[in-house]
Amino acid sequence: MTMTTTAKQPLAFGNIARSNTAVGLFFMLPAAVFLLCFLTYPLGLGVWLGFTDTTIGREGIFIGLENYEALARDSVFWMAVYNTIFYTLIASILKFGLGLWLALILNEHLPFKSFFRAIILLPWVVPTVLSALAFWWIYDAQFSIISWSLMKLGWIHSPINFLGDPNNARASVIAANVWRGIPFVAISLLAGLQTIPQSLHEAASLDGATGWQRFRFITLPMLTPIIAVVMTFSVLFTFTDFQLIYVLTKGGPVNATHLMATLSFQRGIPGGQLGEGAAIAVAMIPFLLASILFSFFGLQRRKWQQGGQD
Amino acid sequence: MASVEFANVRKSFGTHPVIKGVDIEIADGEFVILVGPSGCGKSTLLRMLAGLENISAGEIKIGGKVVNNLAPKERDIAMVFQNYALYPHMTVADNMAFSLKLKGAPKSEVDKRVKPAAEILGLSPLLDRFPRQLSGGQRQRVAMGRAIVRDPQVFLFDEPLSNLDAKLRVAMRAEIKELHQRLKTTTVYVTHDQIEAMTMADKIVVMHDGLVEQIGAPLELYDQPANLFVASFIGSPAMNMIKGKLDPNDGQKFTTEKGIVLPVVKAPESAKGRALIYGLRPEHMTIANGGIPAEVVVIEPTGSETQMIMRVGGDLITGVFHQRISAKPGETVGLSIHAEATYLFDAETGKRLA
Ligand SMILES: Nc1ncnc2c1ncn2[C@@H]1O[C@H](COP(=O)(O)OP(=O)(O)OP(=O)(O)O)[C@@H](O)[C@H]1O
Ligand SMILES: [Mg+2]
Repeated sequence: MTMTTTAKQPLAFGNIARSNTAVGLFFMLPAAVFLLCFLTYPLGLGVWLGFTDTTIGREGIFIGLENYEALARDSVFWMAVYNTIFYTLIASILKFGLGLWLALILNEHLPFKSFFRAIILLPWVVPTVLSALAFWWIYDAQFSIISWSLMKLGWIHSPINFLGDPNNARASVIAANVWRGIPFVAISLLAGLQTIPQSLHEAASLDGATGWQRFRFITLPMLTPIIAVVMTFSVLFTFTDFQLIYVLTKGGPVNATHLMATLSFQRGIPGGQLGEGAAIAVAMIPFLLASILFSFFGLQRRKWQQGGQD
Repeated sequence: MASVEFANVRKSFGTHPVIKGVDIEIADGEFVILVGPSGCGKSTLLRMLAGLENISAGEIKIGGKVVNNLAPKERDIAMVFQNYALYPHMTVADNMAFSLKLKGAPKSEVDKRVKPAAEILGLSPLLDRFPRQLSGGQRQRVAMGRAIVRDPQVFLFDEPLSNLDAKLRVAMRAEIKELHQRLKTTTVYVTHDQIEAMTMADKIVVMHDGLVEQIGAPLELYDQPANLFVASFIGSPAMNMIKGKLDPNDGQKFTTEKGIVLPVVKAPESAKGRALIYGLRPEHMTIANGGIPAEVVVIEPTGSETQMIMRVGGDLITGVFHQRISAKPGETVGLSIHAEATYLFDAETGKRLA
């Protein structure tokens, strides 16, 4: 140990300075204060509002769990919960499947590869509101390009009522969300794919693996850490989605596409019931926590990732 | 097990030719070593044999069957990669059993193959570890284990020992050699290390710049190098190359540029009077009174032998002596050259004349 020569220094300070944890905490302090002020304050305020009967323009009083009790009996709220879970689940599965598929294609040697990689990012760089407006036109009851094309092809005889029918509306907003979310998944997974050494695929093909077996036994297991990160983010984004729904359907028809986020906003701002809106938003927290915890355990370094370098 | 044949094989990356027409025949069960300087195309040749790289022209045959268009998995070849390419998410046991599992072999069969292979390679205590938890030498052995378990037609090794320390390298060298004697599987082995090549190979292929310079048994290459390149590549320390001329009248007298006369035994008529290069291996000389005067420049005793760099005329000559030599740098000693073991090369083409 070379430390013995510095033993003359004041011991307490020396020990603290040398302990990595203490130094780490010291440098984290500014960031921690910043986070505390700017992240926890709004969050705390939201949680507090959920326990009050605040309306716009009137300071509320603490009413305990009354908001939550009301919500528990509110069928529209439960519909929104169901919609949110359904929306998140279906959209995430589709985004994962299609995103992975796209990433695999883009990872192959194809002509104009960088061009396609750039194209893929388009849905993501367009502002959500703009793409939502575009989808609004695509789904328009009379002027929908999809209805028009299908009618020209002679497959259908009258325009499809995309946003007017509850189930059609659900499918339509999910499709729009998937379209928007694919680039993130595809590009992230593509980055992950590129970290897998080519020689592993070569070794596997010499070992007799077919294309599918290489995907199943090499690509997929080596990609799981990235998949866990990407899908956690994707689920969080989808679960808290607001803009798309708000522009396309405003939660209609008959609340069929209301998500918790849109319902919270509608009750809180246009409806003026700030307390109730906040309570709905707070009700999202357990779901989000659950998915974060899920990914936390999914993200832990797997045993094979531990140890020395390659 | 199978024979392997390269017939006029060529390979270009884009327009850049890397393999420029290679013919090699490898008999069933032979241990063939490819040597050559970095970038000469050894790995490329190996990868083409494995099917990882398609070939631009020519034919590759395994067991008499043309495999040009066969996918790697259909060639029944096992390869130990330069960087090992172990599956990082599988344990040592799973790495070794991967090919068997793909074939759907039952667990008992897998155990029956993996256990003995692990035993041979000293991997039994490591079977549950992941590659990241192994040292370089252990990883190397896992890579070999993965190949052995396959029991393939042909083994390919791409500089498998390059990352190991000297002692482990010697041990693994013996291990691989012993393994080959037991399994008798046709093996193609790439290395930079000529000691490895000399001690392990049945047959050495010396490559240079995408071409085969010479193919032969280790001692054949040492005793009868076809040209300057092979002569300088095989043997350590390298052969001394001295420029000069053969006397126009006396075929036994080689005169260096500085006028020193060196002995020759078997020069052909055609070589007389031409510009040549005189090849002399460091081990083919002794110190003797009355020899050619040589000034000692560097002397390195290693105990079993003494290596000396000497100035003879204007040329520096390296010699390895099994005598104890008491000379000091700057002193002059007498050098006696074993004339029957010297070579003459054409200075222009590099071909050996005698
Ligand atoms: N994918 C590739 N694209 C273009 N050139 C390549 C490619 N692979 C190899 N080469 C070139 O082919 C030549 C031979 O490469 P190769 O890897 O076969 O050399 P090597 O003899 O194995 O060398 P080393 O002993 O350093 O491993 C080199 O000049 C290299 O630059
Ligand atoms: Mg190489």
